Amino acid sequence: MNSKKIPVWTRLHIDPLFLFFTLLLLAYSVYIIWSASGQDIAMVERKVMQILLGLAIMLILAQFPPRFYEKWAPYLYIACIIVLVIVDVFGYTSKGAQRWLNLGFIRFQPSEIAKIAVPLMVAKFIHQEGCPPSFKTTLQTLAIIAIPTLLVAMQPDLGTAILIAMSGIFIIFLAGISWKFITAAILSIGAFIPVMWYFLMHDYQRERVLTLFNPERDPLGKGYHILQSKTAIGSGGLWGKGWLEGTQSQLEFIPERHTDFIFSVIAEEFGFIGAIVLLILFLCLISRGLIIASQAQSTFGRVLIGGLTLVLFIYIFINIGMVSGILPVVGVPLPLISYGGSSLVVLMAGFGIIMSIHTHRNMLSKNI
Amino acid sequence: MQQQNWRNRTKIRDHSAETNLFLRRTLIAFAMVLVMVTILLITLAHLQIFSFGYYNTKSNNNRIEIISIPPNRGIIYDRNGIPLAINNTIYQLNIIPDKISNLEEQLNQLKTLVNLTDEDIENFQKERRSYKAHRAVPLKDNLTEDEIARFVVNQHLFPFINITGNQHRYYPYGSALTHVLGYVSKINNQDKINLEETNKLSDYVGTLNIGKIGIERFYEDLLHGTPGYEEVEVNNRGKIVRQLNRNPPQAGEDIYLTIDLNLQLYIEKLLNGRKAAVVAINPNNGEVLALVSSPSYDPNLFVGGISSAKYTALLEDPDKPLFNRAMLGTYPPASTVKPFIAVSALSEGVITPKTIVNDPGYWQLPGTEKRFRDWLRWGHGKVDVTKAIEESVDTYFYQVAYDLGIDRLHFWMSKFGYGERTGIDISPTEESRGIMPSREWKKTRYKQSWLQGDTIPVGIGQGYWTVTPLQMAKALTILINNGKNYVPHLLKQKRSNMPDSDPLSLTSEPIIQDSNLEKLVDNKNWQIAKDGMYRVMFGSRGTARKIYAGSPYKAAGKSGTAQVYGLKSDEVYNANNIAEHLRDHALFIAFAPYEKPTIAISLVLENAGGGSANGGAMAKRILDYYLLGDESTKISESTLDMNQGD
Repeated sequence: MNSKKIPVWTRLHIDPLFLFFTLLLLAYSVYIIWSASGQDIAMVERKVMQILLGLAIMLILAQFPPRFYEKWAPYLYIACIIVLVIVDVFGYTSKGAQRWLNLGFIRFQPSEIAKIAVPLMVAKFIHQEGCPPSFKTTLQTLAIIAIPTLLVAMQPDLGTAILIAMSGIFIIFLAGISWKFITAAILSIGAFIPVMWYFLMHDYQRERVLTLFNPERDPLGKGYHILQSKTAIGSGGLWGKGWLEGTQSQLEFIPERHTDFIFSVIAEEFGFIGAIVLLILFLCLISRGLIIASQAQSTFGRVLIGGLTLVLFIYIFINIGMVSGILPVVGVPLPLISYGGSSLVVLMAGFGIIMSIHTHRNMLSKNI
Repeated sequence: MQQQNWRNRTKIRDHSAETNLFLRRTLIAFAMVLVMVTILLITLAHLQIFSFGYYNTKSNNNRIEIISIPPNRGIIYDRNGIPLAINNTIYQLNIIPDKISNLEEQLNQLKTLVNLTDEDIENFQKERRSYKAHRAVPLKDNLTEDEIARFVVNQHLFPFINITGNQHRYYPYGSALTHVLGYVSKINNQDKINLEETNKLSDYVGTLNIGKIGIERFYEDLLHGTPGYEEVEVNNRGKIVRQLNRNPPQAGEDIYLTIDLNLQLYIEKLLNGRKAAVVAINPNNGEVLALVSSPSYDPNLFVGGISSAKYTALLEDPDKPLFNRAMLGTYPPASTVKPFIAVSALSEGVITPKTIVNDPGYWQLPGTEKRFRDWLRWGHGKVDVTKAIEESVDTYFYQVAYDLGIDRLHFWMSKFGYGERTGIDISPTEESRGIMPSREWKKTRYKQSWLQGDTIPVGIGQGYWTVTPLQMAKALTILINNGKNYVPHLLKQKRSNMPDSDPLSLTSEPIIQDSNLEKLVDNKNWQIAKDGMYRVMFGSRGTARKIYAGSPYKAAGKSGTAQVYGLKSDEVYNANNIAEHLRDHALFIAFAPYEKPTIAISLVLENAGGGSANGGAMAKRILDYYLLGDESTKISESTLDMNQGD
C-alpha cells in the first residue's frame, strides 16, 4: 500500500467521525460552563486545559496497538486493586482526603482507573475464554468485576461502583451471555431485595434509601436540590431562557451547577430543544461507537468498544435521570460536559483505546 | 497449560458466529439505548412542556421576592404647626437564622460587638417562629452609633446578619401630651386579629408599630398610609441581586390638632405633677385647646415595646399616671352644676328670677326630720337665683332639685351631656360616660327604687352623680353658646402627602349635635345663669372675687368642692385632720372674655380642698396665660382663703 494514500486520520490513528462528535460535545461543554460557572473565566480556562490534556491522552493512547492493551490489562487491573485497597485503608483513617491523588493541575481519583481497568480485564478474559461465555466463565468474570466494585463501594462511592460494575456487565452481555443466566440473575436479585429490605437493613438505612428514591421526603436536604433542579429544567420550557439568562442557574438555586447538575443548566437556558440537541449528539457518538465496535476484528476489540460505549450511555442516562428526578441522586457527572478533570481524562483515555482498536484493525487482521 | 488451551480454542473458534452473536447483542443494546433515550425525552417533555407553567411559577417564586416597604407615618402637629409626634430613624440588627448553621456561636460572637442581652435573644427566638424561612428576623433594636460602627467593621464575619434603618415614632414633648396623642407600639396578636377582620392586615406587612391609644389610635387609618413594595431578584442565599420593580409607599397624612401646645405645656407646668385634670375648649367651635391629665408618663417608653419592669412601675404608681383623668376620671361635679340646674329650673318654670328661698344653713326634706346642710353653717338668708349661683347657696338648689324631681333633672342634665360620652375624636373606650342618675339607673345599678332623699344632693352635684372633666367643659360650652352644642374635637386639619392632592384640607368644621336646648331655653334664662357665674368672679360676695379682683378682662365661672367621703352630720370638715387622699376635690369651670368667650375651661384638682380658692386660682392663671400671654400672674397665698368655700 502506498503510504501517501493512507489518510492523515489513519496515520494519526484517529476516527474522524468519533472525534467530530466528541469535539462538538466538548465545545457545547465549554459554552455552557461559561454560563454554569457564573462567568468564571478561570474555570473555563481550566476546562479548556482539561480538554487539551484529554485530547492529548486520547491521541497518545490511540498510537498503541490493541495487543498492548490486551497484554497489559491484567497488570493494570491488579495495580488498580492495590491502589483501591490503599485508598480504602488510608482514606478511611483520614476521612476521604486520600481518595484523591493530587497531580498538581488536576486531582485524580484512583477509582477512575477502575473504569478503564475493569472493562479491559473483562474483555481480555472473555476474549481468552471465547464467546459466548460458559457458565463458569461468567461466574469468573463476575468475580473480576466484583472485587474493584466492592472496593469502590466501600469508599463509599455508590455511583462510581455501579458504573464500574456496569462496564463489566455490558461486556458479558455483548459477549453473548445466555438469556437463561440473565433471567436467573434478574430473578434472584429481585428476590434478594425484599429479603435485604426486611431482614438485613436497619431503619435508618431504609430511611436513607427511601430518601434516595423520593427526594420529597427530605425537601430541605438532598430533596431541596432535586426540586430546584427539576424547577430549572421545567422552567426552561421549549426554547429555554437563553444563554446566561437561566435564573435558577445564575442565582445559584441549582446545586453543583457546573458539575453533576450541569444538565439542569442546559435544560434551563436552552430548553427542550437544547436538551434534544445534546441527546442527539450523544446518540451520534454512541452510534458511531457501536459501529466501530461491530467493525472490530477481535472479540477483545468488539466487546471492549461496545462495553465502553454502552457504559458511556449509562453515564448519560443516570445523570440526566438523576437531575430530572426519575432516578435517585448518585454522584455521576455528565460525560464530556460536566466540569471535572479526572472523569474527562479517563473518558478520553477510553476513547483513545477505542480509536486504537479501530485504526489498527487492518494491521491486526493481517496478524490473525 | 493455559497458553495451550487458548491456542486450541482460537483454532476452533467460529468467528462469523461470534460476530453475528455480537451484532445481535449490539442491536438489542442499541434498542435499549433508544428506549431509555425515549424515557428521558418523555421525562423532559413532561417537565419542560406539560409542566412548564408550574415550574416557571416555581422558578419565579424562587427568585422574585416581594418586599413590602412600610409607609412613613403621618406627623402630628399642634394647631400652630409645632410637631408633636415625629419619625426618627433607628437602626436595627436583623438575622437570617435559617442560613446560619452555627447560630449560637454567631450570637455569642455578636455579644462582644453589640449589647445583646439574653432578653433580646429570647425575643428573637420567639419572633422567629412567625417569620417565613430565609427571611431576616429582627434581633436588636435601637443600635447606638458605637454598636453600628463595631458591627460594620466586622460585617464580613456575619454574612447573614445586617443592619436596617427603621422609622421610629418619637414624641418630643414626652409626657405632656400622652393622654391626647396616645402612642404607637408593637403590633400584637389582638391588633393582627382586628386588622384581619377589617381587611387591613396586608397594609401592615413590614409595619412594626400601630396606634394603641389616643389620637394615634383614633386616626390610625389617616396616619398609617399605604405600603409600597419592591420586587427584587434574589439568589439562593436570599441576597438581593437586582431590583425588578418598585412601587413606592404612600406616607400617611399629617394631621394638625386643635391643641395649643404652649397652653398645654403651661398647664402641665402649673399642675406640677399633682393629681389633676384640665380641659380647655374654644367655645366657638368645640376645638380642644388643651387636655391635660396629670401626672402623665412618657409615651416614648411604649414605642417598640416597654419592658415589663417599667410597665409594672407605671401600673403600681399610686398616682396612676396611666389613667387619663380628663376623660376617664369621674368626679362628683359638685357646685359647678348649679348654673345648669338654674337654667333648667327657670325653663321648667319651677323658679322665676324673683323666686326667693330662705337659707337658714340647712334644707329640710318636707315631712321628715332629714336635714341637708349648706356649706355655710349659718346660712345665706334670703336668696334669689343669681345670688344662689354667686354665693353657691346649697339650700336654694336643694329646694330646686326637690321641686324639679329626678326625672326632670335627668332629662335636663342629659341635654347638657352629663351621663353621655362627649363624642371627642378619641376612642369611646377611652372616655367614661360618668353617671347621670335616674330612677332606671338606680334600679339597674342597685336594684332599688329611687328615693326622694336621693334627689336632693343631685341639686348640688353630689349623690350618685359623677362627671368627667371633659364633660364639664362640654356642658360649659353649651351654656356659653345658649344651647348650641359643639362636639369637642381634636383634629383641626389634615395634610395629604400625595403629590397630586390638596396639600391642606380643613376638617375643623365644627360638629354640632342637635339637642333642642336652643328651643327649650329662653335666652333670658341663659343670661341669668351666666350673670350668676360672672358674679362668682366679680360680685360683691362672689366665691372667687378675691382671685379675680383687678382682672383686666371679664370672666365667669363656677367653683365646686367634691366630697371624697361623707362627713357625719356633726362633723366639721378640716382638711388638716384627714388623710390627703380623702380630702375634697377642687373643681372649677370658667370662661372668658365674658362678652365674647374664646376659651372655656374645666378643671379638677384631686384632694386639693376648696374649689373656689385653689381651683379658681388655677383657672385664673390659665385664662391669664391664654388671654394675656402672661405667665407671670401670681396669686399671693394671702388671697387664697380656705374658708371661703362654695
